[in-house]
Amino acid sequence: MPALDFSFYTWANISTYLLSGLYFSVSLTIAATIGGIALGTVIALMRLSGIKPLEYAALWYVNLLRSIPLVMVILWFFLLMPSAFYNLFPGDIGQKYRAEICALITFIIFEAAFFSEIVRAGIQSLPRGQTFAGQALGMTYAQNMRYIVLPQAMRNMLPVFLTQTIVLFQDTSLVYAIGAYDILKGFEIMGNTFGRRVETYIMAAVVYFIISFALSMLVKRLNEKIRILR
Amino acid sequence: MIEMKNVSKWYGATQVLNDCSLNIDKGEVVVVCGPSGSGKSTLIKTINALEPVQKGEIWVDGVAVHDRATNLPKLRSRVGMVFQHFELFPHLTVTDNLTIAQMKVLGRGQDEAKQRGLKMLERVGLTAHKDKFPGQLSGGQQQRVAIARALSMDPIVMLFDEPTSALDPEMVGEVLDVMVGLAAEGMTMMVVTHEMGFARKVSNRVIFMDVGGHILEDTSKDEFFGNIEARQPRTREFLNKILPH
Amino acid sequence: MTYWQDIWDRWQFLWDDRGDGVTYWQWMFSAWGYTVAVAAVSLVVALAIGCLVGTLRTVSQHRVVSALATGWVELFRNIPVLVQLFLWFFVISEIVPGMRGVPSFVLACCALGFFTSARIAEQVRAGIQALPRGQRQAALAMGFTQLQAYRYVILPQTFRIIIPPLTSEAMNIVKNSSVAFAVSIPELISFAMQTQEETSRGIEVYLAATVLYIITALAISWFMSILEKRARVPGLSSQGQGAH
Repeated sequence: MPALDFSFYTWANISTYLLSGLYFSVSLTIAATIGGIALGTVIALMRLSGIKPLEYAALWYVNLLRSIPLVMVILWFFLLMPSAFYNLFPGDIGQKYRAEICALITFIIFEAAFFSEIVRAGIQSLPRGQTFAGQALGMTYAQNMRYIVLPQAMRNMLPVFLTQTIVLFQDTSLVYAIGAYDILKGFEIMGNTFGRRVETYIMAAVVYFIISFALSMLVKRLNEKIRILR
Repeated sequence: MIEMKNVSKWYGATQVLNDCSLNIDKGEVVVVCGPSGSGKSTLIKTINALEPVQKGEIWVDGVAVHDRATNLPKLRSRVGMVFQHFELFPHLTVTDNLTIAQMKVLGRGQDEAKQRGLKMLERVGLTAHKDKFPGQLSGGQQQRVAIARALSMDPIVMLFDEPTSALDPEMVGEVLDVMVGLAAEGMTMMVVTHEMGFARKVSNRVIFMDVGGHILEDTSKDEFFGNIEARQPRTREFLNKILPH
Repeated sequence: MTYWQDIWDRWQFLWDDRGDGVTYWQWMFSAWGYTVAVAAVSLVVALAIGCLVGTLRTVSQHRVVSALATGWVELFRNIPVLVQLFLWFFVISEIVPGMRGVPSFVLACCALGFFTSARIAEQVRAGIQALPRGQRQAALAMGFTQLQAYRYVILPQTFRIIIPPLTSEAMNIVKNSSVAFAVSIPELISFAMQTQEETSRGIEVYLAATVLYIITALAISWFMSILEKRARVPGLSSQGQGAH
């Protein structure tokens, strides 16, 4: 068993190889969470709208994306994204960061399928009486959703959203398939540069673990708080 | 048959049993009553160690329940228990519910277990339902099967933990009838219940527990119901609430 | 007619020889076989470990045991499956004596199986805790030992409750097996990426792989729904509760 040597983790090396990757992983997680929740809410509302074409469109969207691997979805988007799209970005940013931009779009669209199921469950778990009460006060469907249903549902869903965000954060490592520069890529390049693959993959696991575990502790505390509030 | 000496129990900082002592002889029927939160369910569950106690001694037929070295499964197999929510095993048929512990715990053969179980089922009048699953029976029927299940283990004593309080009113009678029959046969019984009619009719003694896990009264049935003026204030308050005026 | 002819022509590459006597068509099905095999073996590993660990987490009287089980779940749940795969291939097989030379198929199944075991353990634990407390008490009251209570009363009911989440876990493991491309297991994603490069028929290749994933998912949900029907108990809802 070769001796482990972590001495190459100097601040200079960390900032050269890892920081920009970490920055991308974290921003991708945050952007995909926010975008995914927004798009997912729209899809959930379509699903519950009672208008058949919208319902079926939403159903297909969710079921299709949930039955194929994320890696496959990432490959599809990378293949099909027209080159012209990247040219919309100023300068050569679009061409230089093709993989990263594509990953962002893919994650928002993919995660929306999962967030929409959370939103749908959240809305459906509200007592029917709440909707009736809103209707009895003369609210329209939209008003009822906006002022009565969604605010309550969102509060209940917060811990589930966060749990999904932890999964999402771990999923961002899959941008490996199209070579986007995330934290894992940073570790890989560092490992190859210094000939220290063992140490870099151990550290990669440690970093992912610390972030995910911290987030899951947060979810746990949040759940306890919510339980007290009820 | 059952002896409890100075038993105390805490959940964290809350005391649920406070220095409880009692004695139940062979063939006696003892009813335990009291307001909710008085620890009567906990008390009855300490007798077969489903609830462990921190202080005091509990003896069942000469076996030290409080002793950590006691073989609890063996003890429990001789003490029948009937629960508030029946607790039949929902994934097993009525017959399997009756036989599984006989076979796995007592080591009886399948034929013997089945014979014994069906005899008990007949006793509670449910032979026709032997192949059904618990979920297909009414609450009263489930509770009668639960009694048959406990009886088929040939227990030396039967513990009833609020056997009728989860039942719809029209089903209470059928369960009580079975219990009255058991008492008439001389079974030693400890019954946690609010059914004062049952207590009046078949019990020998009544124990009254109050909030905080105190045993406030332990007296003969005739004294308990016949001499209400001599009861503790808390007992009178309780009886006034639940006895028909 | 030329339109259909054109589409037909676009799929012709499937019958091309890759240069080693194997056509893309044959390779695709062997890749599908790898996907299914990796997923199936991993699922067996995950079920075995997951049931054990999930059960141990509910054994509250042994603090050390339940703490170890909790540690297992947290460890394998909080590291991405791709990183775990790299750990097995580039760390464990390097530094753990005796692991060198273990076939990559086995390493991949260990990685996926251990990762999924944490998730199954959580479902088993939740399933056990969803049972009414009285069930355990009733079993003990009849003289069952702890082990017997689990064997005859608690676990049989738990398995019925967790069939739906297990279904989605079985589907997840097929999807997660796609990360094995990163360590050159010749499964569907590897096939899709390489064939895309060699033939430039990206859309057709990806379409074929996607359809095979969907067929696999449908097969699993069909199989599990049969299993669920078989396991159904009359008078018992899928929530595992009796009356009340």
